[in-house]
Amino acid sequence: MGSLSRKHFLGLKETPADDIKKIIDTGFMFREVLDRPVKKVPSLTGMNIVNLFFENSTRTRMSFELAEKRLSADVINFSASSSSLKKGETLKDTVQNIHAMKMDAVVMRHSAPGSILQLTKFVDAIVINAGDGTHEHPTQAMLDMMSIHEKFGKLKGIKVAIVGDICHSRVALSNIYGLITMGAEVTLCGPPHLLPVGIEELGVNISYNIDEVIEWADVLNILRIQRERMGIGIIPSVREYRSSFGITQERINQHQKEIVIMHPGPMNRGVEIDSTIADGEQAIILDQVLNGVAVRMSILYLLLSQGEEKEA
Amino acid sequence: MKLIKSKLMEESHMKRTLIRLSHEIIENNPDLENVALIGIRTRGEFLAKRIRSLIEDISKEKMKYGTLDVTFYRDDFKTNLGSPQVQSSEVLFSLDDINVILIDDVLYTGRTIRAAMDELFSFGRPASIQLCVLVDRGHRELPVKADFIGKNYPTSLREHIHVHVNEVDNEDAVLLMEYGEDE
Repeated sequence: MGSLSRKHFLGLKETPADDIKKIIDTGFMFREVLDRPVKKVPSLTGMNIVNLFFENSTRTRMSFELAEKRLSADVINFSASSSSLKKGETLKDTVQNIHAMKMDAVVMRHSAPGSILQLTKFVDAIVINAGDGTHEHPTQAMLDMMSIHEKFGKLKGIKVAIVGDICHSRVALSNIYGLITMGAEVTLCGPPHLLPVGIEELGVNISYNIDEVIEWADVLNILRIQRERMGIGIIPSVREYRSSFGITQERINQHQKEIVIMHPGPMNRGVEIDSTIADGEQAIILDQVLNGVAVRMSILYLLLSQGEEKEA
Repeated sequence: MKLIKSKLMEESHMKRTLIRLSHEIIENNPDLENVALIGIRTRGEFLAKRIRSLIEDISKEKMKYGTLDVTFYRDDFKTNLGSPQVQSSEVLFSLDDINVILIDDVLYTGRTIRAAMDELFSFGRPASIQLCVLVDRGHRELPVKADFIGKNYPTSLREHIHVHVNEVDNEDAVLLMEYGEDE
C-alpha cells in the first residue's frame, strides 16, 4: 500500500480530499526539482512502468514518460497501432502478457469507459488511469487543480467554469469530482444537448449563457470541441459554436476582469478559444503542461512508495 | 514505547557547542565567500540557520545558505518514507566550485548524508563537501565521516538520539531515548 488511501489511481470520484491535497503538495515539491540544473531524482530506481496506450495521445503519454524518467524508473511504451491487437489479441491477453513481465505499475489509456477498473482484476501492478473513454481522466484534473492552486493558493471557494462539450469529456467529469471534493464552486456551460442530463446532482451549476459565466468565474477551463464529432450532427457548425460559446477576444474585452484561462489541449484556435486569448497574459495553459509532469511524478511517487513511517 | 533515558545536552550547552562549531568552520575555511551552508531538513535546517547567523556575527561576512530535503534521494524509499511531509529543497544558487558545508543534527548510518551528497550534485559541481553534525552516535553503514562534530555519543542500537530545536519542539535539547521491549 502506498502513501495514498487507495492502491490504484483510477478516478477522482472516489479519491478523498486528503489524497488530492497530498498529491498537489508533493507535486509542488517536484516542480522545484524541475527547476534544477539536473531535473532528475533517483526515487523510483529499479521500478518498471509500462505505458499502455490503446488510444492516441501525445501530451499525456509524453508527460507520463517524462515523469517516469525523471523519477529514474525504467519505462516501456506500448501503443495499440503497433501491437498484436491488430492480430486479434484481446485486452486481457495483452495485459496478462505484460503482467508476466513483472511490472510495478501500468499507466493505461483506453477508449472503453471502465476498462481501467477491469485491468485491476488482471494484474497485481499499480494501475493509473490515463483516460478511459468518456469516463475519467484523473491526472489531467489533478494538474488542472494544481494549476488553480498555484494561482490562488487554495481551491476552496474558487469559482471554476468548465465550458464546452461536457457530455463527451472525461476531463470535465474528473474535474467536477475533484473540484467538488476540494470545496470549489463549479459551473458547467455549453450547448444544452452537450450537458448530460442530471449532472446537477453532482453539485454543479448549469448555465447556457457564456457571458454570465465569465462574469461569475475566477477560472475558465475551456474544453476542446471535438471536431471529429461534428460530422454526426452534434454541433451544427464551427462558426455557430464560436459565436455562442467561443472565448473570443471581444467577449473577454467586454467583461474587463481578471480571469484565469485554462485549456487541457489540444486547442482548436479560433473555435473554442481565440489565439490572442490562448497566448495572452491571463492564460496558464503552458503552466498546466509543466504542472502535468510534476503532478504525475507526485502520483507515481506516492503510489509506489510504502507509507509506513519509520525513524531515520 | 519510546522512553526518555536522559538529557544529553540542554539549551546553554547546545548554544556553546554551536558557537564552537561555527569557529571551527571559519578556521577551516579562510575563504568564506566561496562557502555555502546547507542544512538537511528538518532539524538540520534550523541548526544551519543558527550556525549561519553565528558565522555572520563573527566574520561580518554574508553567508550563502540553502536547505535540502533528501526524501526523493533516499535508498530506503520502499520501506521508509523518510519524512512524511516532503518539503522542497531550496538552493537558489549554483554550487559550481563552492565549498559546501552540509549540516545535520545526528550522524548515524550515513545514508542520509549519502542521499544529500547525491542531491547536491543536481545543483552543480561543488569544489568540496564538508560535514558538520551536532551529534555523532556511531553505527555507520557507509564510509562517511564528519569534519565538524558537536559531541560524540556512542549508543547502542536500541537507543536513539533526538535533537529538539526551539522552532519545532519548543525546546533546545539533545535527548537519549530507548525503545521498550515491544519493539
